[in-house]
Amino acid sequence: MKKIFFWMACAVLTVFVAGAGAEEMKVGFVYVSPVGDAGWSYAHDQGRLSVEALDGVSTSFVESVPEGPDSERIIRNMARKGFDLIFATSYGYMDSMAKVAKEFPGTIFMHCSGFKTAQNMGNYFGRMYQARFLAGMTAGAMSRSNTLGYVAAFPIPEVIRGINAFTLGARAVNPEATVRVVWTKTWYDPATEKEAAKSLLDVGADVIAQHQDSPSPQEAAQERGAYSVGYNSDMSAFAPKAHLTASIWNWGPFYVRTVEQVRSGTWESGSWWPGLKEGLVDLAPFGPMVPENLKTLVLERKSRIENGQAPVFSGPIADQKGNLRIAEGETPSDEALLGMTWFVKGVIGSTQ
Amino acid sequence: MIEMRYPTVSRRTAPLGWGSMMVVAGAIALSLAAGAAMLAAHGKAPLTGIWLLFYGGFGSGWALEDSLLKAIPIFLCSLGVGLAFRLQVWNIGAEGQFALGAVGAAWPALTFPQLPAILLIPAMMAAAMIAGGLWGMIPGLLKTRLQVNEIIITLMLNYIGILLLDYLCYGPWKDPVSFGFPMSPTFSPHAVVGTIGSSRIHWGLFFCIGFGVAMWIFLRFTRLGYELRASGENPLAAHYAGLPYRRLVVMVMVVGGGLAGCAGFLEASANINRLQPSIMVGYGYTAIIVAWLARLNPLQIAVAAYLLAGLRVGVENLQLDLQVPAAFGGIVEGLILLSVLAGGFFNHYRLRFRSRS
Repeated sequence: MKKIFFWMACAVLTVFVAGAGAEEMKVGFVYVSPVGDAGWSYAHDQGRLSVEALDGVSTSFVESVPEGPDSERIIRNMARKGFDLIFATSYGYMDSMAKVAKEFPGTIFMHCSGFKTAQNMGNYFGRMYQARFLAGMTAGAMSRSNTLGYVAAFPIPEVIRGINAFTLGARAVNPEATVRVVWTKTWYDPATEKEAAKSLLDVGADVIAQHQDSPSPQEAAQERGAYSVGYNSDMSAFAPKAHLTASIWNWGPFYVRTVEQVRSGTWESGSWWPGLKEGLVDLAPFGPMVPENLKTLVLERKSRIENGQAPVFSGPIADQKGNLRIAEGETPSDEALLGMTWFVKGVIGSTQ
Repeated sequence: MIEMRYPTVSRRTAPLGWGSMMVVAGAIALSLAAGAAMLAAHGKAPLTGIWLLFYGGFGSGWALEDSLLKAIPIFLCSLGVGLAFRLQVWNIGAEGQFALGAVGAAWPALTFPQLPAILLIPAMMAAAMIAGGLWGMIPGLLKTRLQVNEIIITLMLNYIGILLLDYLCYGPWKDPVSFGFPMSPTFSPHAVVGTIGSSRIHWGLFFCIGFGVAMWIFLRFTRLGYELRASGENPLAAHYAGLPYRRLVVMVMVVGGGLAGCAGFLEASANINRLQPSIMVGYGYTAIIVAWLARLNPLQIAVAAYLLAGLRVGVENLQLDLQVPAAFGGIVEGLILLSVLAGGFFNHYRLRFRSRS
């Protein structure tokens, strides 16, 4: 028995010493899915590794955290354990983080993909819709059946905006193209995602795109000899014959900059929404099946989005019923984009 | 000559009694040892890991509070399904009944936000328990009237209940200022069950104690409770003895639904302060595990709910400090369930080593 107590004491001591080491800055990350998934959390974790590489900064994370009360407890525990800066990377963590931010005014909180801010809580996201548009162009041009399939998680503005941008991109190069949407109501469930992709292939889709965190829709496309467009990170390793390109996240520079700001005391609360221009979102390298002229076309459009000449959402844009939602020559405000709950013409599916 | 010893299995003549606690403790120790071995294989310090797991779940005031808070909905759901299991009615539907409870509680909270708390909170609780209870009654009636299998119906009703909750959050009850995110408006402060003193534990804890004691008294000291236990031991015999089997089936389903509904009410009111789809985290399914770990006894359900909640909270601590994958928690949980259930063997049988003579 004494021996057990001895070991327990040793363990406590180690934890204590490790925790109270030098004046290290501690940065915590909360993820909604496992990091090994090549998806959303994987992309964030790549960003965390850039932060970990900084001198005098240590990082940790908790993965597979359900949105709701569990996330509140985990964020609070990070704050209690003396983390100086906490990133929570799913929209469902917003209320939890806002609650904990009130209790810990000395800690900086950063929430991804929501809309609430406080003195010590900022929010950030990326204009993924810009990369989605380019992926849509690629998919639209490569499709033979003019039917594109889109495996999507939840009918929330983030996802709807991405589907719309993808559809606009596809129809910019192929006016006949339509995009069929299937909702899985999960961010991460490889089996469900694969089934959803198969159901789209069954109705004639020959390119599969996804707003999901696992590469299984890519695998489904490859098994049927169709093409696919990845998301979150370059997923070509999972479906080399199918993978045309992917719209990807590159969180590292943004996370490093935020950490430096907090460390130097220059951080101020706000909302950040960088895009292609800042390199936060990007397009993965094209697969070998994509012809040169299409690559040139897409990359040319990319540079015009970057320099602001050709915004993704610019009127005239009609909704599914044909009603004009964005008038000729107009570009919607960021608020309108962040609250987008309607599909553009060319999408087959419902936002419910 | 070498003496040969070989094991023999014989049926116990007397119940194991307190010895069964030892079996459970041994099973848990075995699972944790396997967990430690996994940590070692993963290149993490196993003893530190087990200590962090324990410390995170039970080792500090905060941890005790966090675990208790998480145990409340699990306990209520488990108490309900445990009652049904006693009667050998397989209620897999606590998840859907929980969803209906959350919906039921949200209705008065969103419709009459200005009612004083003294009226609004009881109204929410009543609506939640009625909604959950009715959701439980459907499979109860289908089983007793039409001989429909309750496992299928309760499972299917889970999906319907959750879709109803989703529909309300995405549609009629969506907060107009939520940028299209599926969530109801925040409840008014009158609709929030408060916390006890300066702790983070809400008053729902007392509902748990109340319901738990009431359940124990009911099973132990009332005639209906006796009939329920007797029918559960042998439904066919109970039928011939003229026990009101059908009525009992409907009753356990309604009570179970009401308890799960109450858990949904507490989660929506005290923890999330609004209705949103992420309120569903599988407590209704966890409840089934807890009920079996506790062998359907109300007091043991409380203990098992608390231990499982603590395990889940502790695993988060382990993740944060050692960066162990989240799946580790699921594996340890599965190991504990399997070894405790397998350990149930020793409640009825004994193993003896005898020398061959």
